[in-house]
Amino acid sequence: MTGQPPNWAPGADLATLCLRADVVRDLREWFFQAGVLEVDTPMLSAAAATDRGIHSFAVPSAGQSWWLHTSPEFPMKRLLAAGSGDIYQLCHVFRDGEAGSRHNPEFTMLEWYRLGLDLDGMMDDVETMLRALCAGRRDFGPAQRLTYRDLFLRTVRLDPFETDAEAISSLLRSRGVALPEGGEHGREALLDLALSTVIEPSLDPARPVFVYDFPPWHAALARLRSGQPTVAERFELFLGGMELANGFHELADAGEQQARFEQELAQRAEAGLELPPMDWRLVDALRAGLPDCCGVAVGVDRLLMFLAGAASIGEVMAFDISRA
Amino acid sequence: MATYSTNEFRSGLKILIDGDPCVIVENEFVKPGKGQAFNRVRIRNLKTGRVVDKTYKSGDSLEAADVVDTEMQYLYTDGEFWHFMVPDTFEQYAADKTAVADALPWLKEQDHCQITLWNNAPLTVTPPNFVDLRIVQTDPGVRGDTAQGGVKPATLETDAVVKVPLFVEEGEVIRVDTRSGAYVSRVKE
Repeated sequence: MTGQPPNWAPGADLATLCLRADVVRDLREWFFQAGVLEVDTPMLSAAAATDRGIHSFAVPSAGQSWWLHTSPEFPMKRLLAAGSGDIYQLCHVFRDGEAGSRHNPEFTMLEWYRLGLDLDGMMDDVETMLRALCAGRRDFGPAQRLTYRDLFLRTVRLDPFETDAEAISSLLRSRGVALPEGGEHGREALLDLALSTVIEPSLDPARPVFVYDFPPWHAALARLRSGQPTVAERFELFLGGMELANGFHELADAGEQQARFEQELAQRAEAGLELPPMDWRLVDALRAGLPDCCGVAVGVDRLLMFLAGAASIGEVMAFDISRA
Repeated sequence: MATYSTNEFRSGLKILIDGDPCVIVENEFVKPGKGQAFNRVRIRNLKTGRVVDKTYKSGDSLEAADVVDTEMQYLYTDGEFWHFMVPDTFEQYAADKTAVADALPWLKEQDHCQITLWNNAPLTVTPPNFVDLRIVQTDPGVRGDTAQGGVKPATLETDAVVKVPLFVEEGEVIRVDTRSGAYVSRVKE
């Protein structure tokens, strides 16, 4: 068992822990200089994410369930609706079942909101912040921007809006990716698998790639823009071969927000998943008025993986879930 | 019936696939920013030894295989079965030819082996990493003869044939690494 640290020891070495502390300090300084207010919202919430692909930890107390937040998004939007202006938060978030070389059930998220920026402006903001943060640590090449549709067309010659499950299945098979067990799978799930296993590894790791205009089934909390095809005003940033950030032109329509929550809960019910309480306070805040804004969440641990050249998330955390 | 959810997947976990006991060799969790998460696993079939890659939607469950590893002492063979005993409880198990096949060249009475039980019946037998076995036949070594790379074949008491250095003689006991089948050293009695 050579090379295995003892079971009490941290997963990150001291140099990485110092890098982590430096990066956090620089982040706070960057946002302070940019005039973005730091906020601190609760980790324990009476409501939870309804997204079918996200699972909250339930915390029982005094005969009721509380939920560990999976992102600070809902309360931060309530602050925006209350007139906070630009805000950011650096916090731990929790996602049940997400563990692997790039996932830990508890991880550090940096989330910020900018009023009056469109999706392009928000991508600029993310790039500026990352370039400032990475300068002198690990430089990267010029950023590339392309739509979700172009990403698929250029890398695997499939139009994600037009293709069918059979075409994606044969792509996956030809790349040696085993198809999911358990019968028929829809186009959406297979596109997700292709993105994670075929497309993401093919991106230049030394260069930020912003992918934007996602299909409407991946809208989450982003606005839809009608057109041919209708797209969700959302972007993801890939760097170092990983998805590093996720940004939205935030949905501000209370009625549509409520409808999406209800639709997600119906999908959960159909899939036999837990039905957590939806966040009425967010719906009420949107009804009171959310300023036009964009928001983005960055996985800080993955950013550190990029900076440290680490192959697994446990190498940049003091104690990952296997040591927690 | 016990099941494991993809949350519990880790290397070494024993699961049942198409009725066969299998072990997870590697487990990789993949998930796009939004959307469906998957577990990509490499699985070895414990009956056939075959390794396959499979993908599961995260949240799916697989039936657990009732497979346990137990250390047992090899007692004897009656030609059809190989008999093993748990030292603490004196409980005896009979392994058939398929289960002992890989261990057969190294199986010596009294040695402690690892028996993998599936539904309480021996599935595979793993010999100790190192066994000491007597040479029952080998040609006399000729000093300075390096035509064969300085080694010669030697037949052991279990009928296994291993390559030994020229200076090793018939009747001697040698230590063999059962994982590679390689000679390690002479053993002083």
